Amino acid sequence: MSATTFDGADTRPISHRHSLHRQRVWALWGSYTALGVFVVLFLVPPFYMLMTSLKSSAEISAQKGNPWIVHHPTLANFWYLITYPNFQTYYLNTVIVTVLTVVLSMTIAILAAFSLARMGFWGSQTLATGVFLTYLIPASLLFLPLFRVVGFIGLINSYWCLVLLYPTLAVPFCTWIMIGYFSSIPKELDEAALIDGAGYLQMLFRIFIPVAMPGIIAATIFAFTISWGAFLYPLAYLYTSNQMVLTVGIVSDLIRGDVFEWGKIMAANVLASLPPILIYAFLMDYYVAGLTAGATKG
Amino acid sequence: MAEVSCRQVVKIYDGGVQAVKGIDLEIADREFVVLVGPSGCGKSTTLRMIAGLEEISAGEIWIGGDIVNDVPPRDRDIAMVFQNYALYPHMSVFDNMAFGLKLRKFPKDEIKRRVDEAARILDIVPLLDRKPRALSGGQRQRVAMGRAIVRNPKVFLFDEPLSNLDAKLRVQMRTEIKKVHQTVRTTTVYVTHDQVEAMTLADRVVVMNGGVIEQVGSPQDLYHSPATRFVAGFIGSPAMNFLPVRVVDGTDGGLAVQVTEQIVLPVPASRTDRYGKYKGHPMVLGLRPEHLFEYHENGRVGWERVDLLVDVVEPMGMETMVHFFIGHEPVCARVDPATHAEPGEMLPLSADMNQMHLMEPDTGRVV
Repeated sequence: MSATTFDGADTRPISHRHSLHRQRVWALWGSYTALGVFVVLFLVPPFYMLMTSLKSSAEISAQKGNPWIVHHPTLANFWYLITYPNFQTYYLNTVIVTVLTVVLSMTIAILAAFSLARMGFWGSQTLATGVFLTYLIPASLLFLPLFRVVGFIGLINSYWCLVLLYPTLAVPFCTWIMIGYFSSIPKELDEAALIDGAGYLQMLFRIFIPVAMPGIIAATIFAFTISWGAFLYPLAYLYTSNQMVLTVGIVSDLIRGDVFEWGKIMAANVLASLPPILIYAFLMDYYVAGLTAGATKG
Repeated sequence: MAEVSCRQVVKIYDGGVQAVKGIDLEIADREFVVLVGPSGCGKSTTLRMIAGLEEISAGEIWIGGDIVNDVPPRDRDIAMVFQNYALYPHMSVFDNMAFGLKLRKFPKDEIKRRVDEAARILDIVPLLDRKPRALSGGQRQRVAMGRAIVRNPKVFLFDEPLSNLDAKLRVQMRTEIKKVHQTVRTTTVYVTHDQVEAMTLADRVVVMNGGVIEQVGSPQDLYHSPATRFVAGFIGSPAMNFLPVRVVDGTDGGLAVQVTEQIVLPVPASRTDRYGKYKGHPMVLGLRPEHLFEYHENGRVGWERVDLLVDVVEPMGMETMVHFFIGHEPVCARVDPATHAEPGEMLPLSADMNQMHLMEPDTGRVV
């Protein structure tokens, strides 16, 4: 008699009472409920923002009917902003500041991380930890002494001071991510490159950067987000419209005295949110992978 | 000419650990030398010092007639194959092999010619456009070898290249490496912990232990004439049997080695002079399992009968390994598979005493 034959004797249905299957069903229900609450909490404000941006001032002040739907949708707010020179200036300033911040931060972070991760010089370990410990001081406290520094340099009320200051917020984290990613690249790769004839910079550009690209993208997205959405620093250092960035510009320009131009404010926010949304939508996979997977290399 | 010469090379790590304790080694042009030994014996460290990946604490290393102590790896004209291949994951096989040449600013057509030829030698031409993650272990190792071949260096350095492969693939790649050496004829220094690889690939084998060289010789020399107990036990699989014995007077004025009260094995007459001065001393007898086999009635001179109690029988197909105990010492014999051996029974054996080795128990030196 073969040990592998099944003679079909026991065909009772399996009870699900205490089985793994039942537990899984409960777990799924629980997760979906929690996620549902989460989604509602987080999507309600953007939804309301989008709805409000499509309403005319009249409809907003009338406060009649269901506020969650638009009765007479209009693109007037968007049109107003797109043709409004101040808003165009804000957008342009934000783009300039963000691009420069990202380039500067990533350059510093990559070079720093490469030397801290690979060139084991005396004090490199302490320095690497120290770089990250700078985050212990909140930015909201730092801006006070920095005000004096920026004043001394003469960059108050100039968006160039932001180009100088945002990297202080982005570089530590980007460096830390890159150190983790560079450390996970096997040392044999360095040695193979050394024997092939590569110098340190060639190793960095031709091997480390391409191999660590997911981490670089994640760090870039982080630097971008910090720079694009920063509010406190521009609020503290920028006073005139021609220097402002989107965050402070919207608040200071579209709240005129005690009149809140809600439709325009919301439309401005929608327009300001577009670049981060687009970038996240296309690069989200890299962002998550970059934050979690740096340690394991295939 | 691409000789490699290590003169009194020492490596001391921070913290005082002495990995290599002053080794002297001369490798001739076109020779295939294997550094073999257990983990931690200093073989990889020595290889990396030849490559320039480790600083030399003391001594000199010469490659091709030039001292290279302070020369960076890129200028030593060497190529290395690593244990875990170290292929650049973001580059295709072609680019991996061409990388070193591109860095040295070789013209494009020369690069293509060399890569194509190396790919042909290693049979990886259809893989040239693939990335390393799309290759099997054996293919990756061949690409790593190709990367070394295109450089046309003075010396190839292999750092345990087959350790990451499964057993069957290892045997196959061993043959490939030997064929490549026959084709390309470059001086090769090969590090492994596997003595079978050492014996099959090497022109000469360097057995290392604890940071020093125990013996250097051809595979046959090491097998037939080991200089120390360590080499005797390291080379050959299964390992040599070691038994504590005492040298006593034998019959006809010769010598014998007394294993136990009952087991006294005569020493061949030709060795009487050699072992004479150790009469009465405790020594260690070394006899390989292949020199302990089923009893032959009409054996040759020097084949002595010994009957032992069978403990475990291991049929291997081509031969049968039979394990015994003499006192507390394990003994292994390699017998013909047709021999009937049952655990618990006495099995008559012939010991080929012409192949015996005698060692000092304290120093391990073979006398």
